[in-house]
Amino acid sequence: MTTSTVEPTEQPRRLVAAANGDRDLTSLVFLVLLWGCLAFGIFSLAVLLFNTAMEGAGRLDAQLFTNYTSQLRPESAGARAAIFGSLLVMLTTAALSIPLGVAAASYLEEFASRENKFAQLVELNVQNLAAVPAIIYGMLAAGFAVLIGLPRNTVLAGAIALALLILPVIIVSTREALRAVPREIRQGSLALGASPMQTLLRQTLPAAIPGIATGTILALSRAVGEAAPLLLLGGLVFVRFDPNGLLSGFTTMPIQIFDWAGRPQVAFQELAAAASIVLLGLLLAMNALAIIIRNKFSSQR
Amino acid sequence: MHSGPSPEVAGGAPVAPISTNISVEGSHERAEHLVDSPHAVMTCTDVSVYYGKFRAVNECTMPIARHEITALIGPSGCGKSTILRALNRMNDLIPGTRVTGQVAFHEIDIYGKDVDPIEVRRRIGMVFQKPNPFPKSIYDNIAYGPRVTGMKVASMDDLVEESLRGAALWDEVKDKLKQSAYGLSGGQQQRLCIARTIAVRPEVILMDEPCSALDPIATSRIEDLMVELRKQYTIVIVTHNMQQAARVADRTAFFTAEAAEGSGDRTGHLVEFDKTVKIFGNPADKRTEDYISGRFG
Amino acid sequence: MSSSAPSAAPPRQGGPRPSPPVVSLRSSRPRYGEKILYAGLVLAAGVSILTTVGIVLSLIFPAIRFFQEVSIGEFLTGTSWTPRFADKSYGVLPLITGTMWTTAIALAVSVPMGLGAAIYLSEYAAPRVRKTLKPVLELLAGVPSVVYGLFAVTFVGPVILQGVFGINVGTFSVLAAGLVLGVMIIPTVASLAEDAMSAVPRSLREASYGLGANRMRTVLRVVFPAAISGIAASIVLALSRAVGETMIVAMAAGGQARMVGSATEEGQTMTGFIAATAMGESVQGTLAYNTLFAVGLTLFVITLLINLISIKLVNKFREVY
Repeated sequence: MTTSTVEPTEQPRRLVAAANGDRDLTSLVFLVLLWGCLAFGIFSLAVLLFNTAMEGAGRLDAQLFTNYTSQLRPESAGARAAIFGSLLVMLTTAALSIPLGVAAASYLEEFASRENKFAQLVELNVQNLAAVPAIIYGMLAAGFAVLIGLPRNTVLAGAIALALLILPVIIVSTREALRAVPREIRQGSLALGASPMQTLLRQTLPAAIPGIATGTILALSRAVGEAAPLLLLGGLVFVRFDPNGLLSGFTTMPIQIFDWAGRPQVAFQELAAAASIVLLGLLLAMNALAIIIRNKFSSQR
Repeated sequence: MHSGPSPEVAGGAPVAPISTNISVEGSHERAEHLVDSPHAVMTCTDVSVYYGKFRAVNECTMPIARHEITALIGPSGCGKSTILRALNRMNDLIPGTRVTGQVAFHEIDIYGKDVDPIEVRRRIGMVFQKPNPFPKSIYDNIAYGPRVTGMKVASMDDLVEESLRGAALWDEVKDKLKQSAYGLSGGQQQRLCIARTIAVRPEVILMDEPCSALDPIATSRIEDLMVELRKQYTIVIVTHNMQQAARVADRTAFFTAEAAEGSGDRTGHLVEFDKTVKIFGNPADKRTEDYISGRFG
Repeated sequence: MSSSAPSAAPPRQGGPRPSPPVVSLRSSRPRYGEKILYAGLVLAAGVSILTTVGIVLSLIFPAIRFFQEVSIGEFLTGTSWTPRFADKSYGVLPLITGTMWTTAIALAVSVPMGLGAAIYLSEYAAPRVRKTLKPVLELLAGVPSVVYGLFAVTFVGPVILQGVFGINVGTFSVLAAGLVLGVMIIPTVASLAEDAMSAVPRSLREASYGLGANRMRTVLRVVFPAAISGIAASIVLALSRAVGETMIVAMAAGGQARMVGSATEEGQTMTGFIAATAMGESVQGTLAYNTLFAVGLTLFVITLLINLISIKLVNKFREVY
């Protein structure tokens, strides 16, 4: 999500507003409605988190982390395979998407001129891909896996689908981070006889790392929570082993939650809620990390 | 060495023995003895700069004399910074910029076919309006240029010290070379940028209003430094400050901007280029005189 | 320093001019590494184009095989979708009506709520309030859709709709799915709309205040119209997200593909069908497998059209300011 740059000061507005009759009934009703809209969103989030916590708290035990899933015994089933699977898929996705995304963003931001037709085409594609439904990426990965003769339900195929899914997000956030590096730094480097590539590698990219890291972690957290593209890879639902490599079968936490939530027994839904708490905890930790990185580096400047 | 004036000295100039100790204060007297056609390290011939369709500078012709300080002055928007950036191809970085005419460096057209702009910028360095140290240590700021240009350096420590001494900054920073350059004052940062520039041994240093962000004391230190550096380097400075040009420059070019026929765009062009003492003492063009005497600009 | 350039004889003062030193401005180094790296950057940028091409190809070949067995006319106009029954028929309209219902309900929630929140954050909230509340609101977009799906099935359907409002819905309904989907995309609307309104120059607002308008009138008559292309883009983007979202509808809207007549019914969406069929271990090359891709292609074409409109609008709003 982009944040706006305009940060108007509050005081003059308040004076102006008070002087112009912001206190009449219609205005107040309008303000209450606006406030209600915002409150609705935040209240929904609170209810969702509270409900998930209440439903899942009972099963948030050690077995959830150590046991594999089960068809018949929800009371002792766990998400072990899914937790390992999610971590491995996330690492593989990061390894695929970060270099690609940073490289593509560097090209678009630092090298391509605005008139360059190829760059324009890339930009249009990035903008469109950012809004292509996630499940379509699953169909792409399935088609690609079949094409190169790879089994569909492998960590690698899953990571490819998720990496392509978050690639536009990484490209956009990396470009923003590069754009935030002062132009003077680039000029200073070039004026000393550094090549544009040296300037990128030694000045611009290092200066943009905090922003890139923040954007990348947020993109990865989207990948970790995503289930739709992986459904297309087939055979991920009932996995009772730890993934042991890129060509290993796997499942992930969102898939496991989806599977449990769809079963009729209430105990499985409880289990799904417990796994949701773990997933939300992981995402919260990633978001916190992103915020810490951003704050740490922005205070150093 | 009390040799008489060389045959190239202007005939009309009063013939006086040349003092061996050229002082900073004596820049005007010194300028009296500048040759009329200097040994140019760079030459601009009919240089026009375009941003897209807009012509920012029109057909500027002037030499840049070796071991001199050349000042470019004129009102805002007259194209003096544009011309400066055309001298080391910094304009390349702005999309849509086009340069016509010839900018020669040692008689090589720097916009020529086989010319690598990276090489141009290594030999023709630039110091910017706002001090722009890298977000690194003082030491690494200096060492950056030699490293990226692949200079053969016997001892980087020595080169760093020499460059910082050259920019009159060594004594102030010698105990904190590993600290961030951002901890320095504005004036120190600007001298660091100058030190960083001379570390790669350019022949020409372009300075784009290098003192406009500094206080008077820091400004005067930079001016002293420029005069000192002139012994080894050729300097071109863009300045808004006419006193500064009068104080430090050997030659001065006065630019102004005039609306082109049929459009509201104002195109900059060179009005007069001469020895500083002539520009400020007895300008040939009425517009120069008006600007110098503060009637416009 | 001073020793290196004897001031007694600077080169400009007399004597024969030294001939210019021999210089070359050609590249001194081949920089092969940089050229390879540059090629790498270009290739990485090209991956985006390859991805689009890959999506089209991977959808179109199975879809072509599908249309060799089922006519496009039947597919686009048929009102019965029963690929898994003995009496197979392949009319996609039930899936499209399912998608339309969930999308319409989602937009009915997210557009007013999102725009209201955006106006509040952009025009009323103190900077500090905005700095705190905006990220909180955006957390809504960070919650995984399976968690939303679970919330819809276990809470919104049975507790809120049946319990609190007494609406007669079953376990699955397009209403529960659409409502939760709408909550999820509130930040999509709010974020872009807020950016658009914040980008409206302050001078415009001040001009309005200067004419005696109060803040509400200024927002409705000046800021909102000025930001309209950005606001439209935010709504179109939300539309695209709602059409393409899979997990919530797969979990909460139901598994029966039928022409949905009311919000309380269950129904299957295009994405829901793809998810459900993909789970069924369909064998590659069969008609059932190819069906997935025919629906996938339909979904892709619909979202592509929506996205192109949204991109146009976003670029327009960026041009203005």
